[in-house]
Amino acid sequence: MNSDKRIKNGITFVFLLFWSTVFLFPIYLVILNSFKSKFNIVGSPFKFPDKDTFVGIENYVNGIRMSDLIPSFLRTLIITVGSVLVIVFFTSMAAWFIVRVKSKFTKTIYYLFLFSMIVPFQMVMFTMVYICTKLGLNSVLGIIPVYLGFGSGMSVFLFAGFIRGLPLEIEEAAMIDGCGPIRTFFTVVFPMLKPTAITVAILNAMWIWNDFLLPYLLLGTQNKTLSVAIQIATQGAYGSIDWGGFMAMLVLAIIPIVIFYLFCQKYIIKGVIDGAVKG
Amino acid sequence: MEKSIKKYFPVFLMPAALSFFIVFIIPFVLGIYLSFTEFTTVENASFIGIQNYITAFTRDKNFLNALWFTVKFTFVSVITVNFFAFSLALLLTKGIKGTKVFRTVFFMPNLIGGIVLGYIWNLLINAVLGTFGLDITYDAKYGFWGLVFLMNWQLIGYMMVIYIAGIQNVPSELIEAAQIDGASRFSVLRNVIIPMVMPSVTICLFLTLTNSFKLFDQNLALTGGAPAKQTSMLALDIYNTFYGRIGYQGVGQAKAVVFFLIVALIAFIQLKITGRKEEEA
Repeated sequence: MNSDKRIKNGITFVFLLFWSTVFLFPIYLVILNSFKSKFNIVGSPFKFPDKDTFVGIENYVNGIRMSDLIPSFLRTLIITVGSVLVIVFFTSMAAWFIVRVKSKFTKTIYYLFLFSMIVPFQMVMFTMVYICTKLGLNSVLGIIPVYLGFGSGMSVFLFAGFIRGLPLEIEEAAMIDGCGPIRTFFTVVFPMLKPTAITVAILNAMWIWNDFLLPYLLLGTQNKTLSVAIQIATQGAYGSIDWGGFMAMLVLAIIPIVIFYLFCQKYIIKGVIDGAVKG
Repeated sequence: MEKSIKKYFPVFLMPAALSFFIVFIIPFVLGIYLSFTEFTTVENASFIGIQNYITAFTRDKNFLNALWFTVKFTFVSVITVNFFAFSLALLLTKGIKGTKVFRTVFFMPNLIGGIVLGYIWNLLINAVLGTFGLDITYDAKYGFWGLVFLMNWQLIGYMMVIYIAGIQNVPSELIEAAQIDGASRFSVLRNVIIPMVMPSVTICLFLTLTNSFKLFDQNLALTGGAPAKQTSMLALDIYNTFYGRIGYQGVGQAKAVVFFLIVALIAFIQLKITGRKEEEA
């Protein structure tokens, strides 16, 4: 029985090892080609770089230069961090208000927030770009309130779900002790929201960091984010695309995500499960 | 307490609600109105009734093509992603050595953005097809299966972690009791595990359904709709109608409304199903 089970587990292990390799293969292929000269990628993509095709970090140098990768990276970082902070801050406040003040008005707003979660972006894309451009929100900092608007549906929903389970007595005690609503929220309520705040931050960060269409339409190719930089790098005059530099760009785009993932894996997986199960 | 909080509406609710109204509610209402008009910029809209909807479904062949392509793609993706994700989840809840590392690897592609994902698979698929002297834009079927592979790669890990959470919630006494009663492994799976993880199944089915149906970035990066728009999904077709054809903005908006109605219908069905499940429980 025991050895039978060990054999079965061994087979499962080999099976999973095989599929892990298959899963990693696309990334391996990109890394491999990022070290080959640009003339040897399209013709023989599977070949390991040899002394004729190996170009060291040349592709990385070119990739960074041809796409302004560093400014794009910094822009994406500013937009992501700024938007996530703003979203966590304002949607937790909004959710608390909605849960604690029961009126037709807050109920309507809450259902509108929920409703926005099912509406595909293309539905509001054209008119939203028109309005936001009129309001001057088509800049690196201007896009942050736009992300607040689009991120508030799911975030308010997650916060409100959590706040409904909080005991009212703690807040009432704080208020009786003379705390105003603002102090009560920040000193008493917000610290209790931490687990949901992490989930909300991670889900929004993953979305905003990788988002393409919204920054492409609002910021264009002047203030490009990472996704935009990668997309437009392939739109150059056909045939003259530096595929070596492009492979290096892809690798550089993946690295920060992998590092972030390896450090925050526990929170990311929890966040994704919470977001899916409640959303 | 409620009264004293209420006075603080401008502080608490205003910032989120205001930006939400500006970027979502107003564009949404304006979008519905514009779908009944002809316009190039929002200001020069003139009312033309349901003409845009008629154009979208008749003269504009791309829309129905995209709809059919999207439905086919979604169907195949939902089945394959959930089958593989559930199978992996079963294998990764047996306490095998290296479970954590495997889970990390399978989940990782989910974090990579759609544009990057699309180009990674563009490289891989063209590398494979290149050995036969073909590439992904040669025939729509390559783009179709390319998207299916990509979607599997991206979503299997995501659905897998949801299934794992579901399977781990099945009380082990229940499985042991069934085994003591002489149930075969298949029968334990069918009669104990699957019924217990049905909530996870519903969630995963709808997540893959909506994710596949609304796919845009990956579609743009992998094939861009080539050859000849045959691999354009709905979202990409709508985008191209808005920004690729002058004078077709109204048609694009009408297509977007139809797209929204389909997604809303899917969400409504999900709500009904999960609502009923909760009543039963």
